Amino acid sequence: MEKNDIQNTVKEIIRISGVNPKKCIKCGKCSGTCPAYDEMEYHPHQFVSMVDMGDIEPLLESPSIFKCLSCMACVDRCPRGVEPAKLIEAIRSVKQRMQGSNHMKPDDIPALLDEELPQQAIVSALRKYMK
Amino acid sequence: MQRIGVFVCWCGSNIAATVDVQRVADAVRSEPGVVFSVDYQYMCSQAGQSMIVDAVKEHQLTGLVICSCSPRMHESTFRKTAQLAGINPYMVEIANIREQCSWVHKDIFIGTQKAITLAKAAIAKVNLNTPLTSGESKVTKRALVIGGGIAGIQSALDIADAGFPVDLVEKEATIGGKMAQLDKTFPTLDCAACILTPKMVDVAQHENIRIISHAQVEEVGGFVGNFHVKIRKKARFVDESICTGCGLCTEKCPQKKVPNAFNLNMDHHRAIYIPFAQAVPKVAIIDPDYCSMLKNGKCGVCAKVCSVGAIDYQQKDEIIEEDYGAIVTATGYNPISLEKYDEYAYSLSKDVITSLEFERLTNAAGPTQGHLIRPSDGKQPHTIVFVQCVGSRCAANAEKGKEYCSKICCMYTAKHAMLVRDKYPDTEVYVFYIDVRTPGKSFDEFYRRAVEEYGVHYIKGMVGKVIPEGNTLKVQASDLLMNKQLHIDADLVVLAAAIEPDRSARPLATMLTASMDTNDFFTEAHPKLRPVESPTAGIFLSGTCQGPKDIPETVSQASAAAAKVIGLLCKNTLKGNPCVAVSDEMMCNGCSSCANVCPYGAITYESKEFRMPDRTTRMRRVAKVNPAVCQGCGCCTVACPSGAMDLDGFKNQQIMAEVDAICK
Amino acid sequence: MKVSYFPGCTLKTKAKQLDDYARSCAEVLGIKMEEIPNWQCCGGVFNTSSDEIATKLSAVRALSYAEKQGQPLISVCSACHNVLKQTNHAMQTDAVFASRVNHYITQPGQAAAQAYMGNTQVYHYLELLRDIIGFDRIRDAVKKPLTGKKIGAYYGCLMLRPSSTMKMDDAENPRIMEDFIRAIGAEPVIYAMRNECCGGYVTMEDPALSQKKSTAILRNAEANGADFLITACPLCKYNLDKNGNIPVVYFTELLARALGIVEA
Repeated sequence: MEKNDIQNTVKEIIRISGVNPKKCIKCGKCSGTCPAYDEMEYHPHQFVSMVDMGDIEPLLESPSIFKCLSCMACVDRCPRGVEPAKLIEAIRSVKQRMQGSNHMKPDDIPALLDEELPQQAIVSALRKYMK
Repeated sequence: MQRIGVFVCWCGSNIAATVDVQRVADAVRSEPGVVFSVDYQYMCSQAGQSMIVDAVKEHQLTGLVICSCSPRMHESTFRKTAQLAGINPYMVEIANIREQCSWVHKDIFIGTQKAITLAKAAIAKVNLNTPLTSGESKVTKRALVIGGGIAGIQSALDIADAGFPVDLVEKEATIGGKMAQLDKTFPTLDCAACILTPKMVDVAQHENIRIISHAQVEEVGGFVGNFHVKIRKKARFVDESICTGCGLCTEKCPQKKVPNAFNLNMDHHRAIYIPFAQAVPKVAIIDPDYCSMLKNGKCGVCAKVCSVGAIDYQQKDEIIEEDYGAIVTATGYNPISLEKYDEYAYSLSKDVITSLEFERLTNAAGPTQGHLIRPSDGKQPHTIVFVQCVGSRCAANAEKGKEYCSKICCMYTAKHAMLVRDKYPDTEVYVFYIDVRTPGKSFDEFYRRAVEEYGVHYIKGMVGKVIPEGNTLKVQASDLLMNKQLHIDADLVVLAAAIEPDRSARPLATMLTASMDTNDFFTEAHPKLRPVESPTAGIFLSGTCQGPKDIPETVSQASAAAAKVIGLLCKNTLKGNPCVAVSDEMMCNGCSSCANVCPYGAITYESKEFRMPDRTTRMRRVAKVNPAVCQGCGCCTVACPSGAMDLDGFKNQQIMAEVDAICK
Repeated sequence: MKVSYFPGCTLKTKAKQLDDYARSCAEVLGIKMEEIPNWQCCGGVFNTSSDEIATKLSAVRALSYAEKQGQPLISVCSACHNVLKQTNHAMQTDAVFASRVNHYITQPGQAAAQAYMGNTQVYHYLELLRDIIGFDRIRDAVKKPLTGKKIGAYYGCLMLRPSSTMKMDDAENPRIMEDFIRAIGAEPVIYAMRNECCGGYVTMEDPALSQKKSTAILRNAEANGADFLITACPLCKYNLDKNGNIPVVYFTELLARALGIVEA
């Protein structure tokens, strides 16, 4: 990405997430509480710091954005009200709105089904993994 | 007609950067009454003040307008200058062109315009100023100290040592406060009781100190030098003057299940008890919520075993009324409630405790005689996790927690961790921190010893969740430097809860008309230059009621507050504020509107004989202001329907002249 | 009393019991649940990005329908409830979002009649039991109390968080389900993992992750002595059922048993 592009994208991420990464005091409680920590390459606190520093390219390319469970534990427990999950969601939104960036395709789904899987899982995954 | 001099201060670049001071001096030169105007770099300096004195003499000035910082800062300075130059100090007006002008504006054009307007308003007022003389009031040479923790103890001792009588009011049954509950103290590790209890004894034995324990202040009237205070000394059902503190009753009382507040409810005492062995006064007290004699008239064991007959089931609350010249607030702090922090499982597990509970657990006089054991099963913990900043440093709008740093937690946690490793070297100790803050003499060295000599694991990161499972506490946390999520099976988790001012401080502040900040800490008169005084004259601040602080800081502040009190009590009389309300008897119709709004009770009524136009006389009820009590707040002047009430120094006419000058 | 009811996709299919029992219990308790005609799937998750409009329209249509009826909007599924409440909150607090949404859902010239004005109150079925009916009344209505049963409430994440929007209960130490368990005569088992995530939709592409999360929850519940768990979320039930041996049942089923509507 061009420097200009990066700056604009950072602004976009901050705008649609409503998150101000400057509020972070780098305590790491978000990452201490995150249930998907071990599955993530970049962890919640790193998302906040990296957006703050404009270092978003690695985040946009990382599978971490699809590992967040959106359980909002980090949002609730952050002492400064930073809301990391909303930042991750915004990065995922920005990513998926790019051409050909869907993480999952409807054709992938039949292979993932089992007898008991509730419809709710399928619609949620479609919302999280596709434009 | 006044002869007014206008002095415009640059305050270095504080004012001059956003206000064209020379233009201000030029612009006001033709205002009515102005005969001289000048600007100078620092008006408050020796040279600046001499300049004023010289100008008064040279131009025969009768009034001064100083365009400078807030009157809160230097009004008294310039009033003294005026006096030196031989004019009445109340012929000085300050135009605040710093806090209310240069600091809030960026544009020099707008700033200058506003400064000129403010100067003109002040000039308009000085034109109507009249010389005022302060009345005098006598000083009652006795001090009241509210709160008997280390802060109140130190203040009381220092004031008493200077020869003034002191009443020390404590809401608990004994003095000592939080420090009495602590085990060791950082950074020297001397035991808290060893250094505190001798001071408590000093208080008890001091001929100038009267301890009023189990009591609270109920009403405060009066003003600096002459406070009148009502204190409710609650019934303890034991005659303090007879009880010898032998403790026999506390062993024989059959009611054994009273939660022991001194040990933070981790064990029990009887319904009649002495809070702890070194309590001062060492006198028993009955908890009426548990005593079966007081509840349903059955028992009376304590009265039977008491050899001196000190038990008095009929004892009633007693009201003590006393006059004081000065009041020291030393109401202290408490850890916040951790109810809303159940991600740390505080209410789910007995083995998740606060740092203050930890102090009791390691204290030789505590519920476990100093053996560090788990509250749940009495077993010795082998892995302990300390969590810092629980409820401190939260966002201002957060639903839980405090915005400030509680200041003492980093150090006491280092102490706890060190003590554990010292006493139980096979224990693994983890401290999760956001930042380690150790400003203070020998503080950082202390923390480093905990890490380097005692092998405490300091981890930069936060605990996210504590999960009690079986006999362990599963701690899930981040290690930011290792970039890892940690899972530690702990036996004990200690939470460094934020501290907050004691709940009694807020109602007390209302009684004292002393100001507080949004966190309920008392505000100081000036954050740097008057840190131990409340803006309300005669009220002094000691210890954590003013802000979080450790013991050395508390003691220094307590002594500083005492020094201020001594300075006040040394005076025989005080000059009052001459800017007080006056009532025009001819216009007053005795409606009581003014007395109803007066917050100081300064207004009374009297019946007075008036001659009527037809030469008859008539009795009329008119308001009368006690100038010694009036604080010049001006409530009465706006409440008065007939315009009889006016305020010297701020007469309606003067204020209207200011408004007119601004609107012109 | 009549309420608008949003059942949601799974309650019409895999989680039919959750729906059936909710309706029959409500009827016994004097509440008529009127299913919103032509409701559309809520999408299962709420996208927190403020410029995301289209995925929230189905929720707004349901809110708008309830507003026109002048009824509170009830859902039973935690996911639907989360989407409805968060969407409602966005409509009430984000004027730009609300105006964009209303441009979508109204026809030209019909804005006044068709727009959603943000007046609907959203209740989870448990909140209906607590706040509208009252647990005391439920206790009185219980015919077959579940005496002696030790039940762990599993909240998951969607019902409680983000707590500033959901405002259902203390998100760290909730009690609404525990109070429900007490109301039907059983004993609640309180365990710390009851408000942690089961792995949610990530189970689709990473079943190992949800297995890890669900196992930890079940182990913690079991260690604290739970005989079985109750939930309000079909996806939680799926993840927990797949990864452990403790039975997980919908809370409405227990309510139906306690009220004597169905045999145990």
